[in-house]
Amino acid sequence: MHRDDLLTPAPLTAAPAGPLRVGIGGPVGGGKTALVAALCRALRDDLSMVVVTNDIYTEEDAEFLRRHGVLPDDRIRAVRTGCCPHTAIRDDITANLDAVEELVARHDPDLVLVESGGDNLTATFSYGLVHAQIFVLDVAGGDKVPRKGGPGVTRSDLLVVNKIDLAPLVGADLEVMRVDAEKVREGRPTVLTSLREQPDAAAIVEWIMPQVRARRE
Amino acid sequence: MTTAGLLLLADSRLPSGGHGHSGGVEALVDRGLLRSVEDLAVFLAGRLATGAAVPAGAAAAGCALAGGAGPITWEVWDNAVSARLPASATRAASYAQGAALLRTASLVWRSAGLVGLRALPKAHHPLVLGAAAAAVGAAPADAALLAVHHVIGGACTAAVRLLGLDPLAVAGVAARAGKAAEPVAAAATRAARAAVATADPRLLPADGNPLHDVLAQLHRLKEATLFAS
Repeated sequence: MHRDDLLTPAPLTAAPAGPLRVGIGGPVGGGKTALVAALCRALRDDLSMVVVTNDIYTEEDAEFLRRHGVLPDDRIRAVRTGCCPHTAIRDDITANLDAVEELVARHDPDLVLVESGGDNLTATFSYGLVHAQIFVLDVAGGDKVPRKGGPGVTRSDLLVVNKIDLAPLVGADLEVMRVDAEKVREGRPTVLTSLREQPDAAAIVEWIMPQVRARRE
Repeated sequence: MTTAGLLLLADSRLPSGGHGHSGGVEALVDRGLLRSVEDLAVFLAGRLATGAAVPAGAAAAGCALAGGAGPITWEVWDNAVSARLPASATRAASYAQGAALLRTASLVWRSAGLVGLRALPKAHHPLVLGAAAAAVGAAPADAALLAVHHVIGGACTAAVRLLGLDPLAVAGVAARAGKAAEPVAAAATRAARAAVATADPRLLPADGNPLHDVLAQLHRLKEATLFAS
């Protein structure tokens, strides 16, 4: 059965090769899609980019991205997650790997963004799928969320607390969120922002770019 | 060793793309044609009486081929599976899950059968499942049962997720369907053994169900579905 002489060495590897892959996860409504759109607008002139989305993706979404000139439709692939977005980005990443590899083969991009479907605080990406991951929260979810922790908050490579412009309206204390996040994240960075007021996502671009360059070298 | 490997191949937690496929359940649920645990049992009885024989036979053949000596013309067998899946949507679903399982199995087990399948542009899921079963030392009959086990398991999981059915009641449905699957897998294995012995893929089971194929095709055209098939 094990006719090793007939076997070619398997070049398949579980660790992602090629261009930088960044996962963007977080609960529903936090601003994952807004961040993807902001990054595409900020970087598309300098970088070749592709996006895999695990969200429920409709022709309306595609039309939105086309109309706003975010990315051409052939640079976006939607993965069907069978009602289980965290499974698709963590436990069984095969459909996402297929989508990423197909886009990479077609476009030879500098940067791959993998957007998770909206999920819960425990949903994180497998490092077999991405090199780094961003977890996006919004202040409207309550200022106790960083304190509650969960792997998205504690272990993501970058934590983005979005919609800080809403803090006074929802009674969220940004300082509490910042301090609580710092406590559980062991030095990993946190960005507090409002993508509506700062649509260039400058702090996040600043975090991504050195990693893009490092993968290219 | 054989049993442990077989259990791994039967486990839906093995990364193999299956969680994104409902095996036709979502298309029925969307149309109100499958609403309850009882409906699910009826649906599975229909699958076992018709289309389930195709993956069962192909998996048994894949296992017999990969476990045998000599070169394998996988392309011919892959074409035979395509010919038994008249809807392009079901072929696409089979190829997507074949690619996923082949990716995982090639990393986990070393086998000439899996290497041969990787030389194809695309490989149908039951052939990959059969070759992986051979790689763990399992027999064609085991591979056929594995294929039907995944037909049942995929449909049951999807029904629980889409309809919020009682998962304990669904486990009972799965157990009864599994028992009913044994003669189906055995018959498919006999056909597959004959096909491999005579190098004639025409002898593989070719049962089907037109409604299943039509709904699969409509499902693929519909936007914003939760399952790929």
